[in-house]
Amino acid sequence: MQIHVNGEPLELASNATISVLVAQMALEGQRYAIEVNEEIVSRSHHDTLCLSDGDQVEVVQAIGGG
Amino acid sequence: MTNTVASSLPVDKPLIVAGKEYKSRLLVGTGKYKDLTETKAAIEMSGAEIVTVAVRRTNIGQNADEPNLLDVISPDKYTILPNTAGCYTAKDAVRTCKLARELLGGHDLVKLEVLGDQKTLYPNVTETLIAAETLIKDGFKVMVYTTDDPLIAQRLEEMGCVAVMPLGAPIGSGLGIRNPYNIKMILENAKVPILVDAGVGTASDASIAMELGCEGVLMNTAIAAAKDPIRMANAMRLAVESGREAWLAGRMPRKLYASASSPIDGLII
Repeated sequence: MQIHVNGEPLELASNATISVLVAQMALEGQRYAIEVNEEIVSRSHHDTLCLSDGDQVEVVQAIGGG
Repeated sequence: MTNTVASSLPVDKPLIVAGKEYKSRLLVGTGKYKDLTETKAAIEMSGAEIVTVAVRRTNIGQNADEPNLLDVISPDKYTILPNTAGCYTAKDAVRTCKLARELLGGHDLVKLEVLGDQKTLYPNVTETLIAAETLIKDGFKVMVYTTDDPLIAQRLEEMGCVAVMPLGAPIGSGLGIRNPYNIKMILENAKVPILVDAGVGTASDASIAMELGCEGVLMNTAIAAAKDPIRMANAMRLAVESGREAWLAGRMPRKLYASASSPIDGLII
């Protein structure tokens, strides 16, 4: 299936969970937040929430800013 | 640096934001530094306890070993204040705040800024009001960046913002406090902390903000864009402390004509 992560298309195995995406992005152990189709998905649901074809995913982190 | 003379003076009351006490009245941003080493050194030198960060998309394929800002500026040591910089609508600002809260494990103190245009980065007040209302309803503690309009500042306070932060001048301009009289008017009726956010260029600007009676000053570029940011961080720490001391001391009244400092009695002539 194809999803969009931060505006870029990404191929992912069907029904992959958010944790699978996180592992693929090598983000484990880091601080990040995830939104799927403009809804926050809390960390406790990352192992269980399956992504669907066409999902729009945002993965964000903290960077320098004023 | 210990000030032995000042130790005999009564201790100043702390800055209180959303029920939490802070000794430092200087709040700093983490943008525009050369690297994370410089960021860390400048922020430590500034003595700031509240530090702003931005929330941005993770680069896909980014080096996983690259240090993260929050590894250097630890939420265990600092109060992290995520901002909504770059947001031009209430909707985007609210979304960013929700992501920040998730990112920081439920931490709900945010710096709300909704911008009007890219040239001035002036606050979009109407969108700011909408975003503030939504965020407060959702349980956020909102420190709000706004214009130096006293009526808007009061309205934001009445809505329940935990701090109101009027600009001294446009973001990153370094022009100083352009309208001290408006800041004065805002301070007159305020029951929540008023902090100057944006516009400070050098140490004297920070002192002026504090001498006006502001509870604190938030700055980023004035430190990060200095030739020596670490040294400027120290200058800003001292300037905020000096300005605060002057405010507590209460300045002498301004007079048009001279008033001799030496006694007139006992002159030899």
